[in-house]
Amino acid sequence: MKLVVAIIKPFKFDDVRDALSRLGVHGMTVSEVRGFGRQKGHTEIYRGAEYSTSMVPKIRIETAVDDALASAAVEAIEQTARTGAIGDGKIFVLDIGQAVRIRTGETDDSAL
Amino acid sequence: MVLSTRLAAVPALLGLSVLAAPPAFAQAAAAAPDSGDTAWMLTSSAFVLLMIVPGLALFYGGLVRAKNMLSLLTQIATLTAIAILVWVGWGYSLAFVDGNAVIGGFDKAFLAGITPATLSGTIPEYVFVCFQMTFAAITVALAIGSLAERVKFSALMLFGVLWLTVVYLPLAHMVWSSTGYFFKMGALDFAGGTVVHINAGVAGLVGCLLLGKRIGYQKEILAPHSMTNTLIGTGLLWVGWFGFNAGSALAANGTAALATINTFVATAAALVAWLIAERAAGHKPSLLGACSGAIAGLVAVTPAAGNAGPIGAIGLGAIASLCCFLFVVMLKPRLGFDDALDVFGIHGIGGIVGSLGTALVYAPLLGGPGAAGYLIVPQLGIQAYAVGVAIVWSAVGSAVVYAIVNAVVGLRVSPDVEREGLDLGEHGERAYNY
Repeated sequence: MKLVVAIIKPFKFDDVRDALSRLGVHGMTVSEVRGFGRQKGHTEIYRGAEYSTSMVPKIRIETAVDDALASAAVEAIEQTARTGAIGDGKIFVLDIGQAVRIRTGETDDSAL
Repeated sequence: MVLSTRLAAVPALLGLSVLAAPPAFAQAAAAAPDSGDTAWMLTSSAFVLLMIVPGLALFYGGLVRAKNMLSLLTQIATLTAIAILVWVGWGYSLAFVDGNAVIGGFDKAFLAGITPATLSGTIPEYVFVCFQMTFAAITVALAIGSLAERVKFSALMLFGVLWLTVVYLPLAHMVWSSTGYFFKMGALDFAGGTVVHINAGVAGLVGCLLLGKRIGYQKEILAPHSMTNTLIGTGLLWVGWFGFNAGSALAANGTAALATINTFVATAAALVAWLIAERAAGHKPSLLGACSGAIAGLVAVTPAAGNAGPIGAIGLGAIASLCCFLFVVMLKPRLGFDDALDVFGIHGIGGIVGSLGTALVYAPLLGGPGAAGYLIVPQLGIQAYAVGVAIVWSAVGSAVVYAIVNAVVGLRVSPDVEREGLDLGEHGERAYNY
């Protein structure tokens, strides 16, 4: 089992979700996050008071998939989230030690 | 100025009615208020309240961080209520009983002797009391913007009572009472440029100097939390200002019409001028700039509303807006004092430019209503003198009041409360639960 974590541009979220659904990814957890990499925020000015924010808003998707699906999921995210511009985001893949579906007690692959 | 004209007209009207009708009817006719004037002044009084709650409350509230939104709303609503009570208790009497050149007396304390039949000019005196009451309320509410995000609620409540009594009432008497010092001098102040705006601006400046900067000022992000609220507030202020300015004609007449058109055009010119100044300074045209410009224009046209032609008002609004822009955007960051919501930068500077500029735009040459023999320079001297005295009066009086408040309850919240936000720390509520 792999946990695929993707940090993407917020407006690309719908495309990415649709692509993952088509692959058979049944669920995901999504959060609105802020951070920075090479893309560096913006400046706001209120009556001459200048505030620079280094943080950029992003969407963070976490989805657990079985090993066979992992590389296809990564490829799907990569292709749908890409604009070619700075700030497209990153994908991380982590190994999962254990998974449990709380309602039924099913474990590992059958819990995904 | 206007008040004395209206009052002077009363005996003349009385005389006319006596000649024109049998004695029994004469008494009744003389005692009857003008229904048109009364209707307009009732409306104007409510309009000025609309400027404060919710207008000013939302305008100021939008400019602070979300954790302090509710504190601004509470402070302004409560100060308004306190001002209303002070006004009925002793405020109206001290401001508008003849008294001496500086202060009235206690003859009408608790509105003694006023009945529904008592007239002030052509309107019931109760209406005049209400209209002027709203001016006291908005002035004290304006002043406290400089103290936002760090001042104690209890301090503001005590400040409201003392400051109105010691600073506002004498100044209102000097400018608007027919026995007042500036009034007799011939200073032009149609709707309260000195009493309301210079006074509030200077009191705000003195207050923020005594109170000190907010934690994190010029280091952390103190950006406004809701420009939407600020725009709604600006709109309500602009609409309410028609009552403030045109109502200061104290009648539904041509002067009120002049004040209305000027309140439209000076504000429009000032709004556009601020955005042009932003572009010229290399910034993007901002909504806060548009709102700030509009308020600067409204402030500047206040003393000039019935004392300028529309073209003069456009020029005055634009120039005042540029002066406020230069002060707030260019100068203030270098001076390093924390006038949180720019009470001095907009109301103080705008009020000073407006009061001095009124001497210019009053001239018939610039389309103003001045008589043919009107001379700009002597009037400019009178205006400058009135502005100077108002600044000194407000600065000294406010400093004394702040010192008393600081000694009695303390001016500033603890650093913990300031970091957590005044909403939870002072009121036990949040503005937003989501």
